[in-house]
Amino acid sequence: MPAGSIQEGLSQAKEIIGKYPREQRFLLAALQDIQKEYNYLPREALALVQEHFAVPLSRLYSMATFYKALALKPKGKFVIKVCDGTACHIRGSTLLVEELQRLLKIGPGETTPDGKFSMETVNCLGSCAIAPVMVINDQYYGRVTTAAVGKILEDLEAKE
Amino acid sequence: MVFFKRKPVKTVLVCCGTGCLANNSLEVYEGLKKRIEGAGVRARIRPVTKATGCNGLCERGPIVKIQPDDIFYCGVKAADVDEIFERSVLNDEIITRLLYRDTSTGERVKSHRETEFYKRQYKIALRNIGEIDPASIDDYMERDGYRALKKVLTSMSPQEVMAEIEKSGLRGRGGAGFPTGVKWKQCERVEALPKYVVCNGDEGDPGAFMDRSIMEGDPHSVIEGMLICAYAIGAEKGFIYIRDEYALAIKNMTTALEEARKRGFLGQNILQKGLNFDIEIVRGGGAFVCGESTALMASIEGRVGEPRVKYIRSVERGLWDKPTVLNNVETWANVPVIINRGAQWFRSIGTEGSPGTKVFSLVGKVKNTGLIEVPMGITLREIIFSIGGGIPRGREFKAVQTGGPSGGCIPKELLDLPVDFDSLTESGSMMGSGGMIVMDDTTCMVEVARYYLQFLAEESCGKCVPCREGIKQMLGILEDICAGRGREGDIDLLLDIGATLQEASLCGLGKTAPNPVLSTIRYFREEYEEHIRNKYCPAGVCKELTEFYIDIDACRGCGLCEQKCPVGAISGERRRTYTIDGTKCIKCGQCREACRFGAIKNRGRRHEDNH
Ligand SMILES: Cc1cc2nc3c(=O)[nH]c(=O)nc-3n(C[C@H](O)[C@H](O)[C@H](O)COP(=O)(O)O)c2cc1C
Ligand code: SF4
Ligand code: SF4
Ligand code: FES
Ligand code: FES
Repeated sequence: MPAGSIQEGLSQAKEIIGKYPREQRFLLAALQDIQKEYNYLPREALALVQEHFAVPLSRLYSMATFYKALALKPKGKFVIKVCDGTACHIRGSTLLVEELQRLLKIGPGETTPDGKFSMETVNCLGSCAIAPVMVINDQYYGRVTTAAVGKILEDLEAKE
Repeated sequence: MVFFKRKPVKTVLVCCGTGCLANNSLEVYEGLKKRIEGAGVRARIRPVTKATGCNGLCERGPIVKIQPDDIFYCGVKAADVDEIFERSVLNDEIITRLLYRDTSTGERVKSHRETEFYKRQYKIALRNIGEIDPASIDDYMERDGYRALKKVLTSMSPQEVMAEIEKSGLRGRGGAGFPTGVKWKQCERVEALPKYVVCNGDEGDPGAFMDRSIMEGDPHSVIEGMLICAYAIGAEKGFIYIRDEYALAIKNMTTALEEARKRGFLGQNILQKGLNFDIEIVRGGGAFVCGESTALMASIEGRVGEPRVKYIRSVERGLWDKPTVLNNVETWANVPVIINRGAQWFRSIGTEGSPGTKVFSLVGKVKNTGLIEVPMGITLREIIFSIGGGIPRGREFKAVQTGGPSGGCIPKELLDLPVDFDSLTESGSMMGSGGMIVMDDTTCMVEVARYYLQFLAEESCGKCVPCREGIKQMLGILEDICAGRGREGDIDLLLDIGATLQEASLCGLGKTAPNPVLSTIRYFREEYEEHIRNKYCPAGVCKELTEFYIDIDACRGCGLCEQKCPVGAISGERRRTYTIDGTKCIKCGQCREACRFGAIKNRGRRHEDNH
């Protein structure tokens, strides 16, 4: 996120945190909401969480690394999630990852330098019947083939 | 308005489960709804449109059903909306081209109940899914919803409730199969207060979505099950732990809880019978180990989700060290039906040791993929070949994986095995939460074992050394074997480390982690040996051990493979033969998948060595 918007951006984080009582059991939920809002956990927001719940920063970092839903680094504009659950795996999800790798020059967990695309592998998206499955910013793609991957990326580029 | 002879109200059910939504069913739903609401007097009757949960046949989605005629349309597109409305809603015509085509007979059938896929199923946990709008508590109540709660509050003592559940023989559907009634009694006996009731909706098995469908499609059945337990053990507070990725499940469950509160099924003095109970949703953070009961409780408390030693039992000291009953989503959904229809009835379904039914997500290399519910004791063969319609593209069945990362692969020789908790465990696999993944001869069993170990290596919480290190070592060996660096003795080494893990790990994750490896060695040892000794992957999956070629005797020169190859490695002449340029081939196997004559074969690396 560009530096200028951090301050105004933080007001949402404040609002999110303010919703929760100062009890430890709401810590994860607060972090998840912040993750949803920003697509990652901005350092400044973590400082607010630390203050509100009165927990050491190291606790927050250990939670952020333990739970997969939380990320410490910003993600791209399009987050491509390739399902590598078992059903998708045996129907060739690895090939999709390799094709994305070939086209975007990034691996799972990485973001393109222009900040446009991030790639992640995830476990079962609950649509195994139409495996292999990819989700890009909440849009599902079923029965994806290696050939379709390039086409999908082109369409996204065009949408911009 | 003129009144015609009274006809039942038509209900148009549009599937809005995750699978159908992925295929744009929302557009179909909105289109039909608009058409129906705009119809006014043109319709002699007032049809109702409902968005339902998953019908189980996501592969054929989006699904639209019209009641009471029981018409079942598949693969419906937004462009079909007008025709459906005019012909099947306003009139009573059937649109043949949208009907389900049975994979075994090839014929189109009007109602899903006539299909091989549904005929052999028996729905208890999934009884309402696909039939009701999950956002409507009235829909649930019309189908006997909250009747069991009323029954226990007005006519049964807590002891009678627990006795009934125990008598029914209901065993936990989350994996281990512990008797549910026994668990409740153990918790009830403990003096400490408060007590908690927890629903495990973490569903960590990668490749399964039963619990998600229940939470999305019939959330009230879970709430009612938990209420009955709360009454039995004397709890006032409950938690439903749902994976954060399950956005729709969280949304529908949240709505259901609000509705239940409004109707007085949750809160203080429920139904004026003095029961106080409420439920809160906790979103999981996406870690497999959090599905383990003690890790899940740690996570609810707001800590890192690590398991603890088992000798402290959760029924005595669970959530915040208080007595806690934790059950799986599907277990909860069974409870109200058992109370309504009685333990005797429940025992009449399934087997002696495993009464009732089990929900499976039947996926992988099988024709009809989707969610099914079958009586326990049914054979694997019936599930895969009768319900599932067999293996697509005329390929050969090789194995079926059950139990997720804690389970194992069951070979063809055991296809007649009855599916119940004990038989599956004996076979070296386990019931698990209900993932059932069918594999054909293009699935490599060594690679499947590697896949699960990699999953588990990422998911091991790292708290105990045997699990953390053991999984890592086993994974390393499997990676080597798949990459052609396998050595004599590797198999024995895997068996050794596996045995240590089973013995010394702290929680179920580590104890069961070797299962995918041990079961594949047990039944597919030759495949391991081929990899290690002959540097050959018979399935053509491990790239280092695969080299595709076209068998000129079998090739008919159709050219399909050339079109499918993403890197242009195939060339040839129509109606003659084609060849693969091994230097360009990336071994994706798309050509083999496409060839209808089985002409594309794999000769492995041993071929090169012979040069
Ligand atoms: C590593 C691990 C993961 C588990 N994941 C789940 C899960 O995702 N869902 C579930 O219901 N049970 C899971 N379990 C089983 C639970 O620990 C617990 O036995 C179960 O939820 C109890 O409910 P039941 O008796 O109704 O089956 C898991 C166990 C282990 C060891
Ligand atoms: S395996 Fe893939 S890359 Fe190789 S020839 Fe076949 S389609 Fe082309
Ligand atoms: S698809 Fe099969 S039959 Fe057709 S050209 Fe290729 S190898 Fe020959
Ligand atoms: S395994 Fe990919 S959607 Fe289930
Ligand atoms: S989501 Fe519609 S059938 Fe599964």
